[in-house]
Amino acid sequence: MGGKQRLNWVENLTIYHAQEHKERLLAALDAGSGLELDLSQVGEIDTAGLQLLILAKQEAARKEKSMAIVAHSPAVRETLDFCNLTAFFGDPVVITAREQS
Amino acid sequence: MDELTSVFIQEGREQLQAMEDGLLQLEQQPDNHDNINSIFRAAHTVKGASGVIECHFIEAFTHKAENVLDRLRNGEIQVSSELTGLLLRCCDHLGRLMDVLEAGQAEPPAEVSAAGNTLLEELSAYMVTPEPSAGGMVEAESEVETSGGGVVNTDSWHISVRFGPHMLRGGMDPLSFLRYLTSLGEILALETIPDALPAADEMDPEACYLGFEIRLQTRATKADIERVFDFCRDDCELRILPPNSKLTEYLKLIQELPEDEMRLGEMLVRCGALTQHELDDGLSSQQSGTSDEPTSPIGEILIEQKVVQKEVVEAAASKQTRVQEKKAVEARSIRVQADKLDQLIDLVGELVIAGASANLLAQRSGQGELVESTSILSRLVENIRDAALQLRMVQIGETFTRFNRVVRDVSKELGKEIDLVISGAETELDKSVVEKIGDPLMHLVRNSMDHGIEAGDAREAAGKSRRGRVELNAYHDSGSIVIEVVDDGRGLPRDKILQKAIDKGLVQPTQTLTDQEIINLIWEPGFSTVEQVTNLSGRGVGMDVVRRNIQSLRGSCEVSSVEGQGCTFTIRLPLTLAIIDGFLVGVGKASYVIPLDMVIECIELNGQSNDRNFLNLRGEVLPFVRLREMFEIEDEYPARENIVVVQFAGQKAGIVVDQLHGEFQTVIKPLSGIFRHLRGIGGSTILGTGEVSLILDVQSLVQRNNRREERDMNSSLAAPRQGA
Repeated sequence: MGGKQRLNWVENLTIYHAQEHKERLLAALDAGSGLELDLSQVGEIDTAGLQLLILAKQEAARKEKSMAIVAHSPAVRETLDFCNLTAFFGDPVVITAREQS
Repeated sequence: MDELTSVFIQEGREQLQAMEDGLLQLEQQPDNHDNINSIFRAAHTVKGASGVIECHFIEAFTHKAENVLDRLRNGEIQVSSELTGLLLRCCDHLGRLMDVLEAGQAEPPAEVSAAGNTLLEELSAYMVTPEPSAGGMVEAESEVETSGGGVVNTDSWHISVRFGPHMLRGGMDPLSFLRYLTSLGEILALETIPDALPAADEMDPEACYLGFEIRLQTRATKADIERVFDFCRDDCELRILPPNSKLTEYLKLIQELPEDEMRLGEMLVRCGALTQHELDDGLSSQQSGTSDEPTSPIGEILIEQKVVQKEVVEAAASKQTRVQEKKAVEARSIRVQADKLDQLIDLVGELVIAGASANLLAQRSGQGELVESTSILSRLVENIRDAALQLRMVQIGETFTRFNRVVRDVSKELGKEIDLVISGAETELDKSVVEKIGDPLMHLVRNSMDHGIEAGDAREAAGKSRRGRVELNAYHDSGSIVIEVVDDGRGLPRDKILQKAIDKGLVQPTQTLTDQEIINLIWEPGFSTVEQVTNLSGRGVGMDVVRRNIQSLRGSCEVSSVEGQGCTFTIRLPLTLAIIDGFLVGVGKASYVIPLDMVIECIELNGQSNDRNFLNLRGEVLPFVRLREMFEIEDEYPARENIVVVQFAGQKAGIVVDQLHGEFQTVIKPLSGIFRHLRGIGGSTILGTGEVSLILDVQSLVQRNNRREERDMNSSLAAPRQGA
């Protein structure tokens, strides 16, 4: 068990690889005391991907680890924004001019 | 017509049938919620599919009907016989619209759309009128105070949606539906509900667990909003509350949804549907409402609330498994064009003939190994034959259930109370037979209702229950299927029939006829005893047509009747029209086939009974026919003759032949038109040697034999009487 794991995500977070992604996320979460996700390279995210992020966040809370998304790609930011989940993840986001609510 | 449309028509008709069945059931059990749901789903599927193929006249009509069904589903209106009648007529109208589509017309003809408009007017009596008020609201809407979170925005729609687990796998992305909502109006607030997400181990990343609470400000109608979710309607729980909904409606929503009440309440407060105060008030007033019962401790209330939730969860879960099961069933069956199936059966028929020929050659060659391999081959061919014929077998139930509607409508029309009792709906028979049996059955059932069953008062006077009863039964009986139409009405009026027959010159007044013979007169052309011609039956196209239809299927029909107690029509049909197991016999040089299902046993004919046409079979009288005499075969008599004992419709008879050749798979080749009037021959087949063999029509042989015996008996009985 090392310190915080940092995961650079470069693929699209979509249904097509959801199973594989789930395993990878959970493994990364297990491997360290916390997880830092860099999603700045994610081109596309759909409901399946969003669900996985929520799952990872919940799982981290359950295991009393930290999970943070340290960088958002525009697609991820827009989706989290749209679903009003920015507060749920609680990560610093580069605030855009457009304000949701 | 393109493929999509024809698939739509086919499936649409199935959905309409499901809808009709459901509606008929609805009258019996108005409280069956599952049933109402399935009716609604059927209508919804039709609507959705018609939208996909862009058939707008069907879509528009179904939409109106669906709205009424939706209100029914939500318990806003009550089931009544007027309503079900109206909805049934809507079903019929949709059927007509499908006809229009099938005929390739772009718009329904004027009279059809006029009929549709009348129905729509009637439907509108059951509809609320929220749409105009909603439109009015948005028109008047000018206050700007609704921006920013936490502020209550009562003048927007509240959409609560829980996506089902199969969404993602079905290739649909829930987020894209929500994004599409923005094209209707502005999403003021949106809350994601991830509560259904299970722990990591159980979570299936390809299943959808999310739900959303959305505040949407739009000028669109409820229908427009619903349409956004059309594609996933079967797979998500959608609740839409119009602007300015009452607090109680939100509370109902909270209760109905599977999530924890408090949490949901918070969500609603957060997205601005309610204020915290309203929520607290509402929930607490509800709790005090439920705790009206004296000294009920708070824990119990909580349990009660839990129970409520559990039920909702269970309902949702069971709905999902139902959807799953339905999908599984769909996956298990595929649609095949009927003519492809016919082609297969034809090929199998040829295969059977070729196989028989190979078998024969092998036996002649005397090579043991060849005989063995051909016998394995012929067993396989036999299996293939059975499997191929099984493909064409369908249950008669579908044909029977159609009569629920007929009985309902006709009994209303006649002002009689009639129940339909169906048994043996799972009995299977050949598809081509099923298709053709509908009309004759319809005639018999209508006859029973119109002529057989008396009016309620008359029944009571006769000491019967007020409600009449018509039964449809089906069962298998020695190689044929038997369908019975039974009623408990007044029975056939023997004297009236006789009088009518005499008037028509069908029988002479001096003739003495048995009761059965008189009853059988109803099968004569142009025979109807009803003085008053109703629009149901008694139009002269009578029982002779029924009889002819059934005979064209190589079937037979009988009637038995007890005056005052009812009558029974019995239709007997062959199971299949193509291939049968036969029993090959020889007379002289020719060979004949007797359907094996009818053969009971074979015995040797001993010399004593040579001049008489019956023998003593273990104490029973067995009449028999000599094929040699019947077909006038002038050949040497063989040293021994055999009797094949056959049974048909409970009657036994013997057929005297020379040789018994044994079992033989028979592909029935129909005789051509000029032989239609031949009695005693049912068809022909080709033997392995290439020779033609005739298939005996056992039924007509037996009947013919019986008649001759009767005649002989009568004359021998009459003779001594004259002498005395």
